[in-house]
Amino acid sequence: MTDTDRRTSDPILETDGLTKRFGGLVAVDDVDFRLAPGELRCLIGPNGAGKSTFFKMLAGRHSPTEGTITFKGEDITDALPHERIRRGMSIKFQDVSVYPELTVTENLQIPLQRDRKRAPEQRVDELLGRISLREKRTVIADELSHGEQQWLEIAMAISLDPDLLLLDEPTAGMTIEETDETVNLIQSLTAEGMAVIVVEHDISFVRQIAEWITVLHNGEVFTEGTVEEIEADEDVQRIYLGEE
Amino acid sequence: MSRLSNSLRAFEGQHTIGNSRRFWIGFCLAVLLVLLFPFVAGVFSVIQMTVFLIWIFVALSLTLVWGYTGIFSFGQNAFFGVGGYLFAIVGGNLIEVTGATNVALLAAILAPALFAALLGYFMFYGRVSGVYVAIITLSVTLILELITSSTTGVTLGRVDLGGYNGINTVPNLTLGYGETAFSFGPVPMYYLVVVLLVALYLGLRYVLNGHTGYVLIAIREDEARTEMFGYDIRWLKLQAFTASAAIAGLGGALYTAWGNFISPPVMGILVAALPLIWVTVGGRQTLLGAILGAFVLQYLDTTLASSLNSDYAVIVLGIIFVVSILVLPNGVIPQIMTYLNDRATDDEHDEQNAQEAGSPTAIGGDEN
Repeated sequence: MTDTDRRTSDPILETDGLTKRFGGLVAVDDVDFRLAPGELRCLIGPNGAGKSTFFKMLAGRHSPTEGTITFKGEDITDALPHERIRRGMSIKFQDVSVYPELTVTENLQIPLQRDRKRAPEQRVDELLGRISLREKRTVIADELSHGEQQWLEIAMAISLDPDLLLLDEPTAGMTIEETDETVNLIQSLTAEGMAVIVVEHDISFVRQIAEWITVLHNGEVFTEGTVEEIEADEDVQRIYLGEE
Repeated sequence: MSRLSNSLRAFEGQHTIGNSRRFWIGFCLAVLLVLLFPFVAGVFSVIQMTVFLIWIFVALSLTLVWGYTGIFSFGQNAFFGVGGYLFAIVGGNLIEVTGATNVALLAAILAPALFAALLGYFMFYGRVSGVYVAIITLSVTLILELITSSTTGVTLGRVDLGGYNGINTVPNLTLGYGETAFSFGPVPMYYLVVVLLVALYLGLRYVLNGHTGYVLIAIREDEARTEMFGYDIRWLKLQAFTASAAIAGLGGALYTAWGNFISPPVMGILVAALPLIWVTVGGRQTLLGAILGAFVLQYLDTTLASSLNSDYAVIVLGIIFVVSILVLPNGVIPQIMTYLNDRATDDEHDEQNAQEAGSPTAIGGDEN
């Protein structure tokens, strides 16, 4: 996707003046954010930059103090989380939360069975193939490795065929090999036309997947640009190293 | 046989205990024993047995809402009481007019369901969860006990509510119309309760092993995650809560018709704690645990109360409850079933080994 595409096409997601205050603390401050359909965007920033709060407002877990969120042309600022999902969003939070007592297959059946018309068997198999867990379909989720649990959760999120996938630190706690596989998985999703927002702390992972990066700092959009531009940006290095 | 096992499959699945042919044979034998009981026991025992079975409705309603959906409801006895009082009031007024209690039975199921729907709406749509649900439902139960206790001298139509003494003029369960209506005496009542209980058990097995079961368990395991798959958990919890109230209400109607009597203590804290104890000891995440827990502990309670005295019975029940939580937090029945399954698997291995040892003759025999 070229920079021109990004600016000209109708955004799938747009925030306008999005602000969240917790008492006197302004966690997210007047953020205008646009995401084109099929775009892969990384959202980075040092600890306390407001990434998680911004993410939770997109997901519907926090309601904004001010501003609006528009998804596929509709105002979803006040929509409940499950209503956002039904409109084509899918979300994986930072903490691993698979259903620990259920098997891998059962875990996948929970999101798949929301629409009773689908054929879960076939779909489960296809999804397990994507995350290389076909051999572990009958394993209790609690017994999977941390990385495998993260994958299972990503598979559960994409099982809903979303137009927009939100991932909060999807590679946290993964080994280097697991991270590489996750990079491939995310890239294959965007290749299929899914828009993806990845909130990430680890800049080396961002370097592997990102086309366009938004840097948050002190709750505001600090800058935007390509990986090269962001990496060359001395101001970004400064806020990351905390040399203010 | 294969057609039978195919039709049984709808009631089987990983969400309920007992999916083997062995289990269903045992189940049929148990039902048969229960059906034959009136032929070998006196009427008094049959009456006693009936009330044990009636309380199982409350235990199952609690398993549905707490064990499977994860809503810690202390309110099942409130729904039981509302069902009982509705049956007494509507039945007592209409029996002279219509000669039956059809409407009363229906009201005793619908009113608690409606009440639960209203209460549940404010709780679940107000995002109340966890221990607060327990506090609210317990409060509601105790308030209903208080209200019904303070109805001395109050009459609704022909029925005297009787305050703390309750209503003792409840008609028998009478179904049908006018002259042909059938009044359920002790033994027919016993059989009706058995049939309803078997139907309820199978119905719950069907529902819990299907799509609904997955979603309810998902809510129990991780509510926030389940919401993130697009499920409206408020609505799903409301449905489970309402259905469980209808089941408890049916139990209340049967109880009231059984003894021709209902009084406020069924909604008191002592009685309201019992279903929680039965279900916890039996195994709250299993239907079988609720059934056997309720049955065995009631039997024990009654036997102890008549041989020692009722205070001791409460203490013994309390000790069983505490020990069970400490030693078998998932309940007795799941533990027993795991043990039996392990043994069954061992037996199969033994059989296989034996067959393999004598394989030439075994195979030859099969081919002929």
